[in-house]
Amino acid sequence: MASDDIWILGIAMTKFGKHSDKDIVDLGSEAAIAALADAGVTMADIGILAAGNLMGAGAGFGQQLQKQIGQTGIPVYNVANACATGATALRTAIMAVKSGEVRMGLAVGAEKLAGAGLLGGGGVSKKDGNKFEPRGRYGSVLPTDGRIGTDTMPGTFAQVGMEYGHKYGGVSFELFAKISEKNHAHSVLNPMAAYQKRFTLDEIMNDMMIAYPNTRPMCSANCDGAAAAVVTSGEVLRTLSKEQQRRAIKVSASVLTTDPYEEACQILPDVNTLTRNAAKIAYEQAGVSPSDLDLVELHDCFATAELVHYDNLMLCPEGGAVDFFMSGATWRDGSMPVNVSGGLESKGHPIAATGIANIWEVCHHLRNEAGDRQIKDAKVGLAHVIGLGSACGIHILERSGL
Amino acid sequence: MANQIPHVDYLELGDKPHLVANECTSCGARFFDRRNACAKCFKNDFKKVAISTDGILKSFTIVAFAAPGVPVPFVAGIIDCGGTSVRGNVINTEPTPEKVTLGMKVRLTTFSLGTDDEGTEAIGFGFEPA
Repeated sequence: MASDDIWILGIAMTKFGKHSDKDIVDLGSEAAIAALADAGVTMADIGILAAGNLMGAGAGFGQQLQKQIGQTGIPVYNVANACATGATALRTAIMAVKSGEVRMGLAVGAEKLAGAGLLGGGGVSKKDGNKFEPRGRYGSVLPTDGRIGTDTMPGTFAQVGMEYGHKYGGVSFELFAKISEKNHAHSVLNPMAAYQKRFTLDEIMNDMMIAYPNTRPMCSANCDGAAAAVVTSGEVLRTLSKEQQRRAIKVSASVLTTDPYEEACQILPDVNTLTRNAAKIAYEQAGVSPSDLDLVELHDCFATAELVHYDNLMLCPEGGAVDFFMSGATWRDGSMPVNVSGGLESKGHPIAATGIANIWEVCHHLRNEAGDRQIKDAKVGLAHVIGLGSACGIHILERSGL
Repeated sequence: MANQIPHVDYLELGDKPHLVANECTSCGARFFDRRNACAKCFKNDFKKVAISTDGILKSFTIVAFAAPGVPVPFVAGIIDCGGTSVRGNVINTEPTPEKVTLGMKVRLTTFSLGTDDEGTEAIGFGFEPA
C-alpha cells in the first residue's frame, strides 16, 4: 500500500432534521466525537481540523468546536464553499494528509437551516431618499431579482433542468416529479433522513408550486445536521488494528473544481461543465469507470438538478439522461442506484454537512452496515456535491480489501 | 425623454432600445457587468457591442414563490439572442407552461418601473412572444 493512499478511518453524521435544542457547535461536536469513536482514535491523534459552516462563516466555527471536543493546538482551517463546503473541508484534510504534514485529519461540516425558507433572491431596495442611482456591477437603479430573471435557488435550478430539456428534449413536469418520487420512496428506509415519507406522483405534482417545474417536495429540505470524517494515510493505517483496517474506506479519488468560463455561465450558473470535469478527473484518479459504480449519491438540491447530473457524471450517454432515468436504472433496485439515502429532497440539506454526509452514506454501504437500505455487495461508490458560484466536489470510495 | 434612466446600465434606451455587452477585443467573450478583465482569456480590453433584440427562449421557470416584495408569478428565462445568452423575464403573456414554451421566439421590449422623487422614470426590459 503506497503512503499516498488516503483512507477514511471513521465517519459519522447526526440525524438530519430539526434540532431546536442544539446549536451548530453541539451538532458539530456530536458528529466529530462520533467520527473519532468510529475511527478508534482521539483528538490527540488528529493533526489538522477542517471545519465547514456556511451561514456563520467568519465566526471561527473550527475554534469553537475545539473548545468542546479538544483544544490541542493543531491548525484549524475554517471552510466555506457554498453547498460544497463539507466536501471542501474533507478535501482540505485529505490534502494535509497527502502532503505528509499530518498523520490524521478531521473534517467536520455543520449547519442549522431548519425554517430558513427560500434561499437566494431578494435584494435591498434603496432607502436613502427616493432617487434612482445606478449601483453595483450592473449599474442597477432597482433590485433585479424578479424583474430580470430570478435569483432564487429553486428558480435557478429549475432553469438548469429546463435548459437540458431545450438541448436534448424529453423533459416534462411529470418527468422531474418522477425523480422526486424515487428519492422520497428511497427515504423511507433511511432513519437519518429529515423526512421519511413516500409521496405519490400526484401528491408531488399537486403540492405547492415553488418554481415551475419544481414543487415543494422537489426542493431540498432545509434542516439542521452535521457530519464528520477522520482521514489518514495508507502508511498509518497499516500500523492500526485489523478491525480498523477492515472498516476503513479507501478514497480512490478526491476532486474539487470550479466552473471554467463558458458562454452564458454568468447568465445562468453552469453546473454542468465543472461537474463533468471533476468526474473525468475522478474516474481517471480512481481507475474506475461509471459502470463500476455500485451506488451514487449526487447533489439533488432540486429534482431538476438530479437529471442533468446523470449526464454530467457520465452515468448515461451524453444527452441520454431522460431515457436513463425512465429505464428505472436509478431506483435502488436498478442498475445504478442514485440517492438511496433519499437525497437532499428528503434526507435534507444542512449545507455544510451535506458534502460529508453523502460520503457517510456511501461508506455505510461499502462497509455493509446500511441495514434495510443496504445495496447488496457494494464495492465502489461515488459522492457528488455542487455549490453555486460554483464549486464541485467528487469523491470515489472503495471498500477495504484489507 | 431626458428624465428616463435604464434599470441597468447595459440597457440602452432611445428609439430602438437594446442591450449592450462588453466584448473582449481579444477573444470575443461577452459580459454585461463592469469588467476588470476577461474571465475567458484574462485580457482587459473591451468594446461595446449591441445585442440582437430577437431571441429564442432556451430555458425558463415560472416563479411562484419569491422574496418578499417580488410579485409572483413571473417567468424568468434565459434567451439566446443571436448567440449571446441574456437573462430576462418573459412578459406580456400568461405565466403558464401552456403559453411559455422552450424554443419560443421572443423579442425585447421595455416598460416603466416607476418614477423617483425627482421625476426620473426607470425603464426596465423583458422579452415578449414574437
